[in-house]
Amino acid sequence: MNSPSLAACLIFSACLFCTGLAGVLLRRNLILILAGIELMLNAANINFVAFWRHHPASDDVAGPVMVLFALAIAAAEAAVGLALVISIFRHYKSTNPEIMEDKSS
Amino acid sequence: MTTVFCITALTTLASAVAAMSLRNLVHCVLCLTVSFIGMAMVYLQLSSQFVGFAQVMVYVGAVAILMIFALLMTRGGQELFMREWRPMHWLVGGLVSLALLAVLVGSILQSPVIQNTGPVDKVERVKDLGQSLVYEYLLPLEALALLLTVALIGAALIALPPKQHPIKPQPREDS
Amino acid sequence: MWFEDLLIQIKSVLVLNAPEGLRPILSAMLSATPILSAFGGLFAAVTLLERKMLGRIQNRYGPNRVGPFGIFQPVADGIKMLTKEDIVPKTADHLIHFLAPLLLLLTAMLGLSVIPYGEKLVAIRFEAGIVFFFAVGGAAELAVFMAGWASRNKYALLGSLRAIAQMVSYEIPLILSSVCVLMAAGTLSLDEVAKSQSGGMLSWYIMTPWGLMGCVLFLIATLAEVNRSPFDIPEAESELIAGHMTEYSGFKYAVFFLAEFVAMFAMCALTATLFLGGYHPPLPILAFIPGPFWLFAKLMVLVLLFIWIRGTMPRLRADQLMEFAWKFMLPMAVINLISTGCWIALGRGSLGWGLSALINLAAYGALSRWLSSRPNQQKRTYRFAEGPMHAA
Repeated sequence: MNSPSLAACLIFSACLFCTGLAGVLLRRNLILILAGIELMLNAANINFVAFWRHHPASDDVAGPVMVLFALAIAAAEAAVGLALVISIFRHYKSTNPEIMEDKSS
Repeated sequence: MTTVFCITALTTLASAVAAMSLRNLVHCVLCLTVSFIGMAMVYLQLSSQFVGFAQVMVYVGAVAILMIFALLMTRGGQELFMREWRPMHWLVGGLVSLALLAVLVGSILQSPVIQNTGPVDKVERVKDLGQSLVYEYLLPLEALALLLTVALIGAALIALPPKQHPIKPQPREDS
Repeated sequence: MWFEDLLIQIKSVLVLNAPEGLRPILSAMLSATPILSAFGGLFAAVTLLERKMLGRIQNRYGPNRVGPFGIFQPVADGIKMLTKEDIVPKTADHLIHFLAPLLLLLTAMLGLSVIPYGEKLVAIRFEAGIVFFFAVGGAAELAVFMAGWASRNKYALLGSLRAIAQMVSYEIPLILSSVCVLMAAGTLSLDEVAKSQSGGMLSWYIMTPWGLMGCVLFLIATLAEVNRSPFDIPEAESELIAGHMTEYSGFKYAVFFLAEFVAMFAMCALTATLFLGGYHPPLPILAFIPGPFWLFAKLMVLVLLFIWIRGTMPRLRADQLMEFAWKFMLPMAVINLISTGCWIALGRGSLGWGLSALINLAAYGALSRWLSSRPNQQKRTYRFAEGPMHAA
């Protein structure tokens, strides 16, 4: 089966990464910042698989293995991050990161 | 560039942009889920089926549900639109992202990797994946298991509500 | 073999006579149409069968007015559902309210595509077919949330959150109890798993100690995943009206029930493939009867079992349900994995049988004894405005 070209995959994942970055920089809600981080992680995973797919060696599985590890770690990080967000909400009663800024300077 | 990849990539990008820009937070998470599914389809087109299915299972089946629960527990499900329109922020943030996108796309198009690789036929065998996980990558696998256990216990501990001490009933005064 | 070969001949004749560009789509449609129409017809038959059987268990006739023995009752139900008014609350989120039953139906039907119905009759031949099945099953939870949240109804939201908690809790024992079959078969492809159980009833995986326990765990987890009694808190009439389906009427409600039944069929077909030998006949001499017939026969036996359980057992409370999943089924599924490993490592002979049976029995006895000896009554805590208070 013919797959999309390497350039197309890399550009696609670059766009996803920048979308995630824009979300992290611009949104004022902790959960959406975490969502942006998940998008960036996924974009990097697509890069791994794209490079693996277009590499001529025939019996290595390093690409999918790396992606599986990254998937699991991203899920664990999302879980811990969201638990932290819930704990922060309990304390500050808000999920706006600007409330937690240090306003003394 | 095949048609199917074009459609999938455009759908994924559109829903990712929507996820980062909608005002209703639950809609954002649902659009993010659509982009996760789109990415799983891209994995399938890159002939790594196991990774695609694992992506759906982990992200759509677990991480999206986690985000929704966290959203509901932090009152995000209500229509509390906070004032987010700050032109300077959006301008600077948008410019940074676009600049990074330009740098990345430029370096991709000029790199020798793109010019030198031709069509390659590659197949992912689940048996090879399983064997390499247990033989070559055993140490990272065990470390990952440890990390997942720690994350599970830690997340549960962090998210537990603080313990409330019950009050004992006072003895009644009448005799 | 003759039936499967006949079907493949018909399909190849039809596809090869079609123009070149249409062939992939035509091939996909020719694979999907028999499956979907068969399971759609089965849905109609099973709704009638369920009502008749529940009626008989409850010492009454089921529906018997519409045709002889009530045969046209599903037709009457379909006409009723199609002609009912479609009421959507004014403040509901219309797009998500519309999409939720469709997503649930989509995930249920996608699961039907990886099950082998015959020797060469699989709709999609994935190498990791069972991972695909569980992945799309996990996407069903999102549809339940969408239904409850889009209704803008506090009780619907609460009901959908309870349903999601139930589905997430029982997903892990479901997957773990199927992993032992995958270990024994050595493959993730359902086609290969079914092939490895050829040769009569004694080679089915349910005939092994770990297979029996795995099948029981898988069936209980299936009941919980499709929200069927005794795990039907999300859809029972005395619990939060109809849970996440409260604000749905008419055809969308019918789509919810269609999705639930199709998910049940898909999981029963998966159980039959994993544990009961799939499309293989119990005795090799009966192989002239085509494979799909045997698969549907096993599926119907399991469906009858589910209906029987529904008519017999009372509903579990929400905390009993969660405790059962996390404290009993998850440890038993993990211990079942260990006993499967012992069976495989000791060469699948009688020593392996004995050791795995011993492990399973000992674990079951110890765990159930320990869980039932813990005191159930905790001191009641009342929450008042000034803080929680113990009962005097």
